[in-house]
Amino acid sequence: MSRVELLTPEGLRVDGRRPAELRKITSTTSVLSQADGSAYIEHGNTKVLAAVYGPCEVRHRALAVHDRAIINVELNVAPFSTSERRRRTKTDKRLLEMSSFVKQTFEAVVMMNLYPRSQIDVYLQVIQHDGAMLQACINATTLALIDAGIAMSDYVCACTAGWIEREPAIDLNYIEESSDTSEVTIALLPKSGKVTLVQMESRLHVDKLEELLSLARDGCQQLYGELDRTIRDRAEDLAKKIVV
Amino acid sequence: MLRQKAFVKKTKSGKVVRVVKEHYLRDDIWCSLEACKGCEHTEPVLSSTPNISKLFPLPHYIIPDTNIFINQIDMMEKPQMTNVIVLQTVLEEVKHLSPSIYKRVRDMITDREKRFYVFSNEHHRETFIEKLKDESPNDRNDRAIRVATKWYGNHIKDLKPSVSVVMMSDDSANRDKAAADSLQAASAKQYIESLDDTELLDMLTSATDLDEGNRIIYAEHLTPLHLSNGIKNGKFYQGKIGISSHNYLEGSIFTKVNGQETTVLIVGRENLNRAVDGDIVAVEILPKSEWRTTPTGVVVDEEEEEAEEESLRKEKKESTEGSSEDTVMTDADKSSSEPTPEELASSQPYAKVVGIIRRNWRQYCGFIDRKSVHTPAGSTAPVNVMFYAMETKIPKIKFRTRQAHSLLGQRVIVAIDSWPKTSRYPFGHFVRSLGEAGDKSTETEVLLLEHDVPFHEFSKQVLSFLPTEGENWIVQPEHFVGREDFRSLNVCSIDPPGCTDIDDALHVTPLPNGNYQVGVHIADVTHFVKPGNAMDLEAASRGTTVYLVDKRIDMLPGLLGTNLCSLRSNVERLAFSCIWELNDSAEIVSVRFAKSVIASKASLTYEEAQNRIDDDRMQDDLTKGIRTLNMLAKKLKQRRLDLGALTLASPEVRFSLEHDTQDPVDVEMKELKETNALVEEFMLLANISVARKIFEKFPDSAMLRCHPTPPAANFEKLEKAVARMNIQIDHSTSKTLSDSLDNAVLPEEPYFNKLLRIMTTRCMMQALYFCSGAKTEQEFRHYGLATDIYTHFTSPIRRYSDVMVHRQLYAAIDSSVSYGSELTDKEDMNELCAVLNHRNRMAQHAARSSVELFTHLFFKNKTEEEEGYVIRILKNAFIVLVPKYGIEGIVYASAKVPKGSKAENGSNGPAAGQAVLVYNPDTDSLQSTEVVPEGEPPKVQIQLFQKVMVQITIDDDLKGGGEGGMRQKLKMELLKPWIEGISVQGECNKDDPAAVAHVTALATPAPQAKAGSDKKRGGQETQKRGGKRSKA
Repeated sequence: MSRVELLTPEGLRVDGRRPAELRKITSTTSVLSQADGSAYIEHGNTKVLAAVYGPCEVRHRALAVHDRAIINVELNVAPFSTSERRRRTKTDKRLLEMSSFVKQTFEAVVMMNLYPRSQIDVYLQVIQHDGAMLQACINATTLALIDAGIAMSDYVCACTAGWIEREPAIDLNYIEESSDTSEVTIALLPKSGKVTLVQMESRLHVDKLEELLSLARDGCQQLYGELDRTIRDRAEDLAKKIVV
Repeated sequence: MLRQKAFVKKTKSGKVVRVVKEHYLRDDIWCSLEACKGCEHTEPVLSSTPNISKLFPLPHYIIPDTNIFINQIDMMEKPQMTNVIVLQTVLEEVKHLSPSIYKRVRDMITDREKRFYVFSNEHHRETFIEKLKDESPNDRNDRAIRVATKWYGNHIKDLKPSVSVVMMSDDSANRDKAAADSLQAASAKQYIESLDDTELLDMLTSATDLDEGNRIIYAEHLTPLHLSNGIKNGKFYQGKIGISSHNYLEGSIFTKVNGQETTVLIVGRENLNRAVDGDIVAVEILPKSEWRTTPTGVVVDEEEEEAEEESLRKEKKESTEGSSEDTVMTDADKSSSEPTPEELASSQPYAKVVGIIRRNWRQYCGFIDRKSVHTPAGSTAPVNVMFYAMETKIPKIKFRTRQAHSLLGQRVIVAIDSWPKTSRYPFGHFVRSLGEAGDKSTETEVLLLEHDVPFHEFSKQVLSFLPTEGENWIVQPEHFVGREDFRSLNVCSIDPPGCTDIDDALHVTPLPNGNYQVGVHIADVTHFVKPGNAMDLEAASRGTTVYLVDKRIDMLPGLLGTNLCSLRSNVERLAFSCIWELNDSAEIVSVRFAKSVIASKASLTYEEAQNRIDDDRMQDDLTKGIRTLNMLAKKLKQRRLDLGALTLASPEVRFSLEHDTQDPVDVEMKELKETNALVEEFMLLANISVARKIFEKFPDSAMLRCHPTPPAANFEKLEKAVARMNIQIDHSTSKTLSDSLDNAVLPEEPYFNKLLRIMTTRCMMQALYFCSGAKTEQEFRHYGLATDIYTHFTSPIRRYSDVMVHRQLYAAIDSSVSYGSELTDKEDMNELCAVLNHRNRMAQHAARSSVELFTHLFFKNKTEEEEGYVIRILKNAFIVLVPKYGIEGIVYASAKVPKGSKAENGSNGPAAGQAVLVYNPDTDSLQSTEVVPEGEPPKVQIQLFQKVMVQITIDDDLKGGGEGGMRQKLKMELLKPWIEGISVQGECNKDDPAAVAHVTALATPAPQAKAGSDKKRGGQETQKRGGKRSKA
């Protein structure tokens, strides 16, 4: 019994949550004045800042597409984000891969044909990392894009899920993630129920996948409520300012 | 509500980092009281009518602290202790302190009858507390326990009928603080005393009040910090100590010294420094001048025993005990000759224990020393008594009991609590009694416990996973999905007589192209045992079925093992088949595996099958098939032998049991027939084919079995001994070894070859299960079978390894099969292999002990004279194997003068205790002491392989005095050759002039011998009996 007990027989996870519970979510938008849209989200101790610039002219002419916009995502993880300091280079393959996940997710949702020959830049900064990084990045991007007023067909809510000690659980934290669990991240369009991203790196038997996905989907719906509230609060705020 | 937990931690690479964790506090953690209606628990654990004690006015629930679990776990496990609230704080501390106790606590929690409830106080909004400034973690946890107790008190105070909670703690400071908070608290002792339950009282862990005198006997153990530093810089060595079963004052560890794996010996009480068999210890190598070179001696510690009794009677005299014991030790030292320098260079290092890294204390079976009980019969006053464990490796244990007299003559279980440096022996407490000593069922239970064999009935939970149809389960049409239909094939099984768990069956069909289709069909256990369910977990923890002489401890419930899985004749059964196409010279043309349905045509015994082969009149298809199989098997065997497979031997015997009483009436050697080899060959073939297949599919996690090449050192003594007979043993490869064994035949001694094979077997390493990711491919080799890869596939009913292999094979042949990490996780697989290896070894030992037990029953009241062979030489004794009964016994080489008589009659021979024969390291033999002229062989010599006559009796000369003492021992006494002082007189040597002379001389002092002490009476009688007969 050298390993950490991730789920006690009493049904509590290491941090006291039950398997189908999310961590505490805090989110705000328009945190940066320079950017066209920005957002900050906390999933427990995972903290991500997103800034959106654009739509604007494509920087490299060659990349421009005549009938729609292109999305450019840059992801950066702060050296102080984990308990052990580690500097990651810009060419870190894992980060590049993760940013391309974010990019692909949003290419399906942003109404790209409204912005021909333009570019939308998304800058993501992970300030603190405590598991489920991709999930936090996608959720932060959703908020920032909405904040920037870019047309999207729906929210995008992402949630991770994985099997810990023979039980499916959602929103895994760092300890749960790092102890060899099969983890899947999905991004869901909550209104249509469509899934735009499923990402999984480890082996999982196909029989177990369905259960995991349905749990993650429930998690996304919960998240949708949270994100929507943030946006509506922000909109009300702005509306008040206009009246005055 | 959210709290952050932040702490500083050292990583593996030595960096110090700050770890921040979230800690959520909840409102939905319920009290789990049946009577509480406010909480939303669905299945309350705690009864509404809890415990009653004289100490407290109200019925109450118990909230123990960590130390109660750590120290009083045996008491907590008693069925009397119910309605206990286990706090999360306590549980985590227990887990941290002792994983094994944590597991026991967890088992209690799962047991519904015990009503143990885990209250997650650390995640409860009202019971969570932050650590205060300047508060130690221990104080914080104690406070957390009090806060939780208080919360429970408030929570249930309005319940009707009234109940309360009681905190149980042996820490008086904690109790005082609880009293200040107006909480109810009691120590374990106070609480148990108020219950008036003698059994529970005895189980209370002894406090230090057993301590007598403050004389420090042992050196202090070093602190863990000291030890880990010492191990790191190479000053100390770490290892698991194994105590010699011949001598409890001699142990050894296996470790790397200067980059070389060696066995380090630890000899003597001071050097062992309170280490008990199985402990992980740190040792320091002694200076070379203190190393010794003689082989293992047998400590005959009678003097010490007496000294011990003396000291118990008059405890003041303790100092004398020490000195008398020293003499024993120095005696032993004296008998070993001074080592010469070149001997030193080759000898093993000696060491002393400087600290204990992890204790391996468990519960021990044994009995109470009659002499240590000094109160009048029937008294129930508490007394300190001495306990002997049945395992000779374990030191005596001192414990306190109120029921000493009723426990005398019984087998009891005792656990060790502590071993302070001021006490010669460890302190323990009584756990439970097993029953009358000498009773067959009690003794069987003892040997099962001793070998850690789980033998309890299968729980309801386990049985709930059996098919609901029970006995009436039959193969249904849906079972044919994904299975081949082999019902029409001529399948038959061949097993030992009386076998009910048939897990293999065979068939052969000639193919049109002249080849043969051969199938091995194995019971499809995994169809019934699904991974991860209670039945699977139970089977995994049992690991193997244990076969004792008179019973069987099943790994799987009987319904599966002997019925639904068993491939009985004329019923349809599910099977996992391995089908080859073999050509005429038994070479594999192709192989495939399939799940199938078979209907065995006949279940034969080895003998029946042999008769069918031999009887020319039988010409039916089945018989012809068996003949073909036999022909192929012979070819397979020949090829295997050509590759260098070993044919080894063991002196196994079979008992004929009387039907009703199950008492043994006869012993016979196990016989091997051609058909045994037939079945074995095909099983080997199946195992090898399966091993290749699963290794291909799971290169990192296949469950395989290897047999390491034995190191050269194992053969040293054997080589030396046979060199005398001009026989060479070449053990460089299994092939050469096998050849040299075949050539080692002495025409005048037909048994010699068998004996040599038996002894070669003992030079071998243990075959082991392992996970393919944990070894390199070269290490996969199975030395004994001379194959490069091997596994166990053919007995899933009785071995769990085979169950795993079945699952892996199924996953390998059918890609749509669902399987989880249990088949792919290297770590899990490694752990499982370790468990299975342990269980396997224990099962073997248990089976051997069971045979021993029945051998003793057989020899009860018998005196047999038999031929035997010397198979091992010790410093002051030698071991004799008697082939007829397959038994071994020690013959001591020290003179035994008629027991109890004083030194005066030493004139007849050497004085008592004096070595008559001395070990000669050059020839590895024992020699008589008289001076002989240079170049001539000594007068009497005992060497390996020497043929001797021995007299076998049951030794009633028991430690602890007579009935109910140590298990009866076989006693072997030398008849031929005649050695003054060692040999006894028997039927076969009555004409020996030396023996006759001895008897006449003995006739006079014989009456004197009656003055001897009680415990020696047994030995004395055999002596007299021998004497009388030779006169008559």
